[in-house]
Amino acid sequence: MSTPSVTIREDDLGWNLPARGPVAMYCVIGAEVAMFTIFVVAYIFYIGKSATGPQPRDVLHVPIFLTICLLSSSMTIHFAVRFLRSGRMASFGVWWLLTIALGLIFLLGTLREWRELIAEGLTIQTNLFGTTYYSLVGLHAFHVTVGLLALTTVLIFTLRGDVGKQHTERTEVLSMYWHFVDVVWIVVFTLVYIIGR
Amino acid sequence: MSTQTISLPETYEASRPFVEQLHQWVTTVDHKRLGLLYIFYALLFLVVGGIEATIMRIQLIRPLNTFVSPQVFNRMFTMHGTTMIFFVAMPLVFGFANYLLPLMIGARDMAFPRLNAFSFWMTAFGGFLLYFSFVGGDGLYGAGNAPDVGWFAYAPLTSQTFSPGHSTDFWTLSLLVSGFGSIGTAINIIATVVCLRCKGMTLGKMPLFAWLNLTMGGLVIMVVSPLTAAQLMLMVDRYLGGHFFDTQAGGSAVMWMHFFWVFGHPEVYVLVIPAFAFASEIIPVFSRKAIFGYPVMVAATVGIGFISMSVWAHHMFTVGMSSGANTFFVLSTMAVAVPTGIKIFNWLATMWGGQIHFTVPMLFCIAFLFQFLIAGLTGVMQAAAPFDWQLTASYFVVAHFHYVIVGGIIFASFGAFYYWFPKMSGRMYNERLGQLHFWLFLIGFHLTFDFMHVPGLLGMPRRIYTYEPGRGWDIWNLIVTIGVVFQGAGVLFFVANMLWSRFRGALAGRDPWDAWTLEWSTSSPPPDYNFARTPEVRSRRPLWDLKHPEDPDWHYE
Repeated sequence: MSTPSVTIREDDLGWNLPARGPVAMYCVIGAEVAMFTIFVVAYIFYIGKSATGPQPRDVLHVPIFLTICLLSSSMTIHFAVRFLRSGRMASFGVWWLLTIALGLIFLLGTLREWRELIAEGLTIQTNLFGTTYYSLVGLHAFHVTVGLLALTTVLIFTLRGDVGKQHTERTEVLSMYWHFVDVVWIVVFTLVYIIGR
Repeated sequence: MSTQTISLPETYEASRPFVEQLHQWVTTVDHKRLGLLYIFYALLFLVVGGIEATIMRIQLIRPLNTFVSPQVFNRMFTMHGTTMIFFVAMPLVFGFANYLLPLMIGARDMAFPRLNAFSFWMTAFGGFLLYFSFVGGDGLYGAGNAPDVGWFAYAPLTSQTFSPGHSTDFWTLSLLVSGFGSIGTAINIIATVVCLRCKGMTLGKMPLFAWLNLTMGGLVIMVVSPLTAAQLMLMVDRYLGGHFFDTQAGGSAVMWMHFFWVFGHPEVYVLVIPAFAFASEIIPVFSRKAIFGYPVMVAATVGIGFISMSVWAHHMFTVGMSSGANTFFVLSTMAVAVPTGIKIFNWLATMWGGQIHFTVPMLFCIAFLFQFLIAGLTGVMQAAAPFDWQLTASYFVVAHFHYVIVGGIIFASFGAFYYWFPKMSGRMYNERLGQLHFWLFLIGFHLTFDFMHVPGLLGMPRRIYTYEPGRGWDIWNLIVTIGVVFQGAGVLFFVANMLWSRFRGALAGRDPWDAWTLEWSTSSPPPDYNFARTPEVRSRRPLWDLKHPEDPDWHYE
């Protein structure tokens, strides 16, 4: 068998620009970081400034289980993308589904936490703590929700058999967003449940 | 250049039914059409914002005037400021970036064409929302229609107590919505410049226009998002009963100031950096010299981008910050003048010894240089906190920032209009009408904004709807208002020129200016695909290389 000879000009090789997907996602993350920074600064500034109760230490419980769920979902999505890259679709689907499940547990846990807090008399109107707490945690939960919607969309396409190895880069971009949401949670968790309490 | 022109008969475009053409414009994802939409949109709002300014100037032409009520005056300055920043200046710079970036870097479109269309329509919808407040802002309270809280909307003025009705809701929603549009476009600009440059165009060989818009995109991402966050907080306060800016519940009004100016000051650089970009393209071409100190220009621009994010609290010297904070913001504000000064010297050095062609775009750019210098000098004056304590919220400040925005940004933008009009329309503008526009606008600008400094120094506060006679302000206010007439007349000539030249102007051809960047290598207006073959470049002035194969630039760079 003869190998066909292909001439590759030397300067063709050197012209490799970054893909637009990750670049745009880094930009999105930059914008999100700026936005969260403002909410975090407001939270820090208003710690202990509430005129009335309840105070954080009266009502907040550290959500360790939920945090473990969300942070491990970063790991599962990483594995999922790795399986997709090597074309093992079944494993990809399982790990992807697991990611969604973990995210969903986190979201439902937040929902339960909020219901308990409201039952204990803390709403967004109660005091500065309520305003800043629900805004910051809510903004993060909103990002988790958006992420879950996107992840679920990919899952639906996967179940229909429309996702393949060629979509690795796109799922990678989505996983960047998901990692970002997790990192934000580390900041929010540290601030709200450890420093602020 | 090996681009092939496929010329469709002139009648091909025009003969389509109006509805079909409209449909094409509304559904377009083409960067050139979206760029033009942005520009038209900005021009429309320029006229609207100009009318609002005129109403204010008529009210202030003499003491104790009763042309409009105090309430209407408040709405006028709020709407004027908000319109001019968010719905004139921003769309204008985005429009030019959209139209020119892909052409300049040898790409066929922006990186995300649909995101591009989405961003434009978000911005358009934001403007619509703002102006819908005139009809829908009353609410149930008979509380006045359009927003009247000033363009920076200090708390607690925006709380339900002091802004009943829906006018402030319209303001905050429209800024939120158009903010999403701005962030979308910024992402697009960055991704386009980073990912779509044609072969050979390394970062160091990009036109300065691309570098400056890249910086602008980064700034938008870093500073419009805080504004979005602040608007979300305001909405939590207004709709959900939160306490972010509610001083009675321990909230802080100063917090809003910080959050607004974290956006508000860098925003000036978001607008002026593209103006620098126009000047950096126009001045070399009409001086017949390559830009002086390209790497320094790039470094200065990026430097401005970074420093500008640490100067915001110079808007708040009178609020009562600690002396440490005051000192920091005085020094950082003065520091931003250094890279800006470097740029001015570079433009001057570009012109130095060049064969200067005094065409309309060049005239506007020269005026831009001098006026921006003066604007910067009054800026440095106010950077000194004690000086600012005396003059903050006076007409001196108003004169200063109009010098930046009109004298700097608008002048450079007019230059850009004339410079790229042949590319966008395929026809030349009328030089005589253009000169008339320039001189009228120049005279009007200086009548209005030079003399506006004086009542400020004499203690006239901004945002007052009238004043008593005998304070020494009368004559200055009269002169300021007279200047408006000249500016208005200038803009009328501009509009007339554009309309007339669009249909009757001489055909421009590809490269009427004998310019050097890639947009001039394709036909005017460029075809949908921009380049039949994507170009390759070896220097910063690819067209120079093409026209002078015996002495190409890449021998020297």
